[in-house]
Amino acid sequence: MEPLARLGRIGIASLERLGRGHLLLLHIFSGITDLITRPRLLVAQLHSVGVLSMLIITVSGLFVGMVLGLQGFYILSQFGAEETLGVMVAASLVRELGPVVTALLFAGRAGSALTAEIGLMKATEQLSGLEMMAVDPIKRILTPRFMAGLLSMPLLAAMFSAIGVIGGHFVGVGLLGVDEGAYWSQMQAKIDLHEDIYNGVIKSIVFGFVCTWIALFQGHDCVPTSEGVSRATTRTVVHSALAILCLDFVLTALMFGE
Amino acid sequence: MSPQPDDSNEPLVKIRGLRFYRGERAIFDGVDIDIPRGLITAIMGPSGTGKTTLLKLIGGQLRPDAGTVHVDGQDVHKLNNKDLYRLRMRMGMLFQSGALLTDISVFENVAYPLREHTRLPESIIRKLVLMKLEAVGLRGARDLMPSELSGGMARRAALARAIVLDPKMIMYDEPFTGQDPISMGVLVQLIPRLSKASRLTSIVVSHDVAETAGIADIIYVISNGKVIAGGPSEQVANSDSPWVRQFMDGLADGPVPFHFPAPPLEADILENATQPPADAGATL
Ligand SMILES: Nc1ncnc2c1ncn2[C@@H]1O[C@H](COP(=O)(O)OP(=O)(O)OP(=O)(O)O)[C@@H](O)[C@H]1O
Ligand SMILES: [Mg+2]
Repeated sequence: MEPLARLGRIGIASLERLGRGHLLLLHIFSGITDLITRPRLLVAQLHSVGVLSMLIITVSGLFVGMVLGLQGFYILSQFGAEETLGVMVAASLVRELGPVVTALLFAGRAGSALTAEIGLMKATEQLSGLEMMAVDPIKRILTPRFMAGLLSMPLLAAMFSAIGVIGGHFVGVGLLGVDEGAYWSQMQAKIDLHEDIYNGVIKSIVFGFVCTWIALFQGHDCVPTSEGVSRATTRTVVHSALAILCLDFVLTALMFGE
Repeated sequence: MSPQPDDSNEPLVKIRGLRFYRGERAIFDGVDIDIPRGLITAIMGPSGTGKTTLLKLIGGQLRPDAGTVHVDGQDVHKLNNKDLYRLRMRMGMLFQSGALLTDISVFENVAYPLREHTRLPESIIRKLVLMKLEAVGLRGARDLMPSELSGGMARRAALARAIVLDPKMIMYDEPFTGQDPISMGVLVQLIPRLSKASRLTSIVVSHDVAETAGIADIIYVISNGKVIAGGPSEQVANSDSPWVRQFMDGLADGPVPFHFPAPPLEADILENATQPPADAGATL
């Protein structure tokens, strides 16, 4: 009976957390109207969530693109199809690697920071303090961060893909001698706005939503101690990574499944 | 906003049959408290009896398991979010930890409620903030960040923030701890002055018996989840109930337990000797 009871308790606790997570999300949404009257809060968060993530995104994008250039050239040249290198690089980036790797990096860079920040504000009673000043901490603190995450992710993913294409160009065209015209023209001809780009953007919006939600919920729901905050930060990264990879499969199956 | 605005006979805060549990342990077990308007009410009691918890129940941050808390005629725990926030706008609370926002300066912290709830021009905000900071002796520290303040300074900055909107009621959680004799003296004068100047209702939670008894009009002593004494301050201070005497005079022996509830020391020691904790030292 003992293990069964434990399993039951864990199940109920997880369902409770899930419920709290959804309630928090509704509460966050209810703050959007307030945010419209205070755009400055959003701008500040776009800076810390989005702009400060740009460096890691661009550097990673460059290297991922360069690796794709190398690997792609090696395989394609076995079939004499080096000219399609541009298509391969761009399609892998726009469809998969751009949204997924950006989201993973985002969870590690911005998500963990959000959780730690909110968790510490809770531990030091700053959130309670706001409540007693008749300021709703969810609307004032969480909503701008949520919107900033949601808006930043697609932009960061686009930046990642664009830099990756340049990285692939640098290796493929610059170092390995693929024809420059072929690299770009094949890409232009074969990459489809709907099939590839829209679907990639949809993915990154979904990932942005989920990653930011997880990060904010973990921070807001953490045990307000140093250990609690550190655990919550770890959970943010782990849960986000799992959610991104699972959702990526589901979304890919839905988009390209037929 | 209340049904009978400023009805002087009706206490501002009326607590009836309050019960509150943390797990199995009853923090409050049927507590009745009246906080009259315009006076200073002190809530005293040993550390860990739930004084901070009581303030959070009054402010609507915690829900009681039974009983009611009425503030200005409104049942705090039946209000919807909007009305609760409207009520809180008329309450100030000084947190035990200060609870200043750490990413903005002292000046901005004190200005925060004004910027949130009023549309005052910058020059007036500046004047108000500097006046409140002057009152707590921190005008010179306005450009410091909260992390650059000492504990006592942070608490005084938080006090300036709590009074900046001129609330009707203010709750002080341990205002005197960590203050040197001079700032203590300033606070001991400031709290009654605020209270007299604008008929402010004050709740002071403290275990600095002498200072608190000196400024309070009404004193409640809480211990073990019950009110063990309540009434005008001279009456409580001179009460000859052994519970009250022990607390007021700071005696170790008496009916008020100094220890957190626990089995006898011998039993605890013997138990640990027979089965040492498996993960001793593993966590640090
Ligand atoms: N988040 C919590 N979870 C569980 N128990 C808690 C929590 N917060 C407080 N308690 C318990 O509630 C009791 C009352 O706590 P509270 O902070 O109200 O005490 P206090 O009277 O303000 O003490 P002090 O004078 O030391 O500030 C404590 O004994 C503590 O063990
Ligand atoms: Mg306390």
